[in-house]
Amino acid sequence: MIALKIENLSKNFGRTEVLKKINLEINEGNFLVLLGPSGCGKSTLLNIVAGLETIDEGAVFIDDYNVSNVEPKDRNIAMVFQSYALYPSMNVKENITFGLKQSKTPKNKIEEQLKKVSTFLQVDELLNRKPSQLSGGQRQRVAIGRALVREPRIFLFDEPLSNLDAKLRVEMRREIKKIHKKLKTTVVYVTHDQTEAMSLGTNIAIMNHGVIQQCDTPKNIYNKPHNIFVADFIGAPPMNLIQGNFINGNFIPNGSSNIKIPLDKYDFKDSNNSKNEKSIYLGIRPEHIYIDKNNSDYFQISAKSELVEYIGHEQIVTFNYFEQQFLGKFPSTLDINMDKNLKLYIDLNQISLFDKNTKERL
Amino acid sequence: MSANTTIASYKQLEGRSKITNLLLRWFLYFILILFASYFIFPLYVMLVTAFKTMPEIRQGNLLTLPNQLNFESWIVAWGGRGYGAGDTYLRPYFWNSIKMVVPAVFFSTFIGAMTGYVLTKWRFKGDRWVFLFLLFGCFIPYQAILLPMARTLAVLGISNSILGLVVVHSVYGIPFTTLFFRNYYVSIPDELIKAARIDGAGFFKIFFKILLPISAPIIVVTVIWQFTQIWNDFLFGATFSFGKAAPIQVALNNMVLSSTSVKEYNVDMASAIIAGVPTLIVYVLAGKYFIKGLTSGAVKG
Amino acid sequence: MFKWLDKNLPKIVLAPSLGLISWFVYGFILWTFYISFTNSKILPKYELWGVGQYVKLWKTHKWLIAVDNLLIFTVLFLVICIVIGVILAIFLDQKIRAEGVLRTIYLYPMALSFIVTGTAWKWILNPTLGIQKLFIDMGFENFTFDWLVNREMAIYTIVIAGVWQSSGFVMALFLAGLRSIEDEIVKAAKIDGAGLFTVYWKILIPMMRPVFFTSFVILVHISIKSYDLIVALTQGGPGISTTMPALFMTQTAFHKSQVGLSAASAMMMFMAVAAVIIPYLYSELRRENVS
Repeated sequence: MIALKIENLSKNFGRTEVLKKINLEINEGNFLVLLGPSGCGKSTLLNIVAGLETIDEGAVFIDDYNVSNVEPKDRNIAMVFQSYALYPSMNVKENITFGLKQSKTPKNKIEEQLKKVSTFLQVDELLNRKPSQLSGGQRQRVAIGRALVREPRIFLFDEPLSNLDAKLRVEMRREIKKIHKKLKTTVVYVTHDQTEAMSLGTNIAIMNHGVIQQCDTPKNIYNKPHNIFVADFIGAPPMNLIQGNFINGNFIPNGSSNIKIPLDKYDFKDSNNSKNEKSIYLGIRPEHIYIDKNNSDYFQISAKSELVEYIGHEQIVTFNYFEQQFLGKFPSTLDINMDKNLKLYIDLNQISLFDKNTKERL
Repeated sequence: MSANTTIASYKQLEGRSKITNLLLRWFLYFILILFASYFIFPLYVMLVTAFKTMPEIRQGNLLTLPNQLNFESWIVAWGGRGYGAGDTYLRPYFWNSIKMVVPAVFFSTFIGAMTGYVLTKWRFKGDRWVFLFLLFGCFIPYQAILLPMARTLAVLGISNSILGLVVVHSVYGIPFTTLFFRNYYVSIPDELIKAARIDGAGFFKIFFKILLPISAPIIVVTVIWQFTQIWNDFLFGATFSFGKAAPIQVALNNMVLSSTSVKEYNVDMASAIIAGVPTLIVYVLAGKYFIKGLTSGAVKG
Repeated sequence: MFKWLDKNLPKIVLAPSLGLISWFVYGFILWTFYISFTNSKILPKYELWGVGQYVKLWKTHKWLIAVDNLLIFTVLFLVICIVIGVILAIFLDQKIRAEGVLRTIYLYPMALSFIVTGTAWKWILNPTLGIQKLFIDMGFENFTFDWLVNREMAIYTIVIAGVWQSSGFVMALFLAGLRSIEDEIVKAAKIDGAGLFTVYWKILIPMMRPVFFTSFVILVHISIKSYDLIVALTQGGPGISTTMPALFMTQTAFHKSQVGLSAASAMMMFMAVAAVIIPYLYSELRRENVS
């Protein structure tokens, strides 16, 4: 069942188009992450789902019902904010139960819900404290508690972890994942952190300039990016993009004359794509470049090693390949000679091809 | 909760409250405009009265417009009637105020800027206490210093003079100007000063070449604040400077209170407007900075 | 020598302002304090005379009236200014068209001197040609409004003019306070189902506690110091019915030449202000330390 559907949604702030004809669907129980650089419109989209922003065009459906003109409180949603947005003058208990009191929930029901949620989130010791007396992690729990207690159809999260320090962020990420696994409520989650998106989402929608670039499972986003933006945005370091030409089923890197990388095994989106000659990018992730040949599908190339960055469990090496740079990621146990022409192997099952003009995946 | 009941409840809710919202907005604007007219009312009354003749004033009421724009009272308020004794008018006092305001604003602003600079960028042990010590001067009731001030001005031989008032206003402006500059300089990163010191700039060079050029906003705030305060001051003017050396507020008060002849409300109103117009112009032109001075002077200690 | 100069330059630059304030603020207050314990008349005398002036002060009818008036004025001024200021700030916070114009109108009295506004209000409130005539012209033939010359009511005319002058200031403080609140809080409250009224009453206004405190301090401070407005509006009259401490102090010193008594009254004012200001400065400083 589709829990949330967004249809042809557009939004302008004055003359700037923040969202352009967005279409999105999310099935009940799924965890959708809206991921993109700042200013891409992801937070605006979330606010529109919540009913905090008006719509210029299109519609939002919750449970197949058009809620475009419904007040936030009546949309049966709950939201967790980046700044936590706890009410400073109320203690934890009052913060959590405020929404229930507004909807005139009977007292015993409120108490029951409060008990359930506060035990679940381990904030039952803190009920009488004011937000200013809580640590960042505790505030986060209370903010989640305030959302949980209303048992909403959809949870909305607006960058909930970005105010926490690195260690706590990983902890709370796991916590959110646990909560979702247990409650199976539909979630829409906004972030600019790809690790967060990958680890939490059942689906990820990548946005840029008010347009959804790709909405897919984390695996597909990573392995089969729809376009150059996604390929470049996901992964650290991002996918290498080598410029060249597509001629007769082979990839010929720019600057080389006799290198032909065979692309006959590549799974084209459209078989017509494999016919015409064109300028393309060959995309390969740094971890799919090897020093040893341990698979017959690997293709051997020769490139000059220029720079090594040691980062603990692995090392990132910059190579020069016909005056184009690409990066390789290797275990740090490997010894790699610098300023030498080395034999490298690329896994042809893991490559992506993009049209240089349209920037779309072939 | 099942999906069906959800849909039913959405249906009831949609489209409701449009009319209540509209009524609420009308009410909101009604109240806001009501208050606006309360605030505008005295200014309006002053203006129309200043343009009326005395018979018109006696016939009509506060709100009636003048039959024609009558500049007589403005001329009398500014330049008098031209006969000798007892003919008080604002022109000389207006210039008194200018002569008092300009140097007093300059000195207090400059000293405040230097003090704020030292207190934030050349911090030393106990600098917070020094700041507090200065800050307290913003709040003292001036009655507690009137008597010794009068004695001091007499000893210095500058009582009843513009110079005396310049000294008084410069000194009692320092706590405010220091507060403004200190709060502004606190927000400027210390790295800027460190970088300049590494580049070899000294104490004064850093102030004049680096801080002062980026201080325009706070200088505007401070100058406007000090100008308004000093121009509008009555207590110091009335206590330390009467007769020929009086500033305009004192002269205005004397004019309005002098009961030598029949009350001339039109001249009174014209005089009041003349005395109020410089600060009013500054307020209209630079209201943003005026408000900033008011709120930052008040909110942050 | 140069080295010493270089090292102590900041302190040398600080010295003038520190010296001036020490002398003109603290020194002068101490002088006034000392004089309040002497029997000074026209000229200051320096032999101590004990607390005689304070005893005399609190037996002076006019001073008691001044204190009474101050209490009435402060309470009304405070309450009305804050109520009007809060209402205007909240209303202006509703995405109002022409907010800038309205704000300018509410606040312009703060740019005028009390003498200017006092002159205007004196004319408006005058019992023959002012408001009274306006209402009579409007058809209320028996309307009388003589507060300005009525011993019982004259103090309230000062409240009217004072409120008119200062409530825009409170509005500006509260508007700045409301605008500084994170809008995520309001969003959260909307999702929690709080109506506009609840959002303000239960969440935003309680968050404004520091602004209430600041407004309180500033308004009390203005009212204790109020002098110009009374001079312009009533000169303390009719009779002595609108005398306030600040007026009492200057009149006693400069017209009655009772310097000792006047110093005692100044010290009473000083202590009243200090009682409000010192806790305020302390809390502001502590807040700054925390953040």
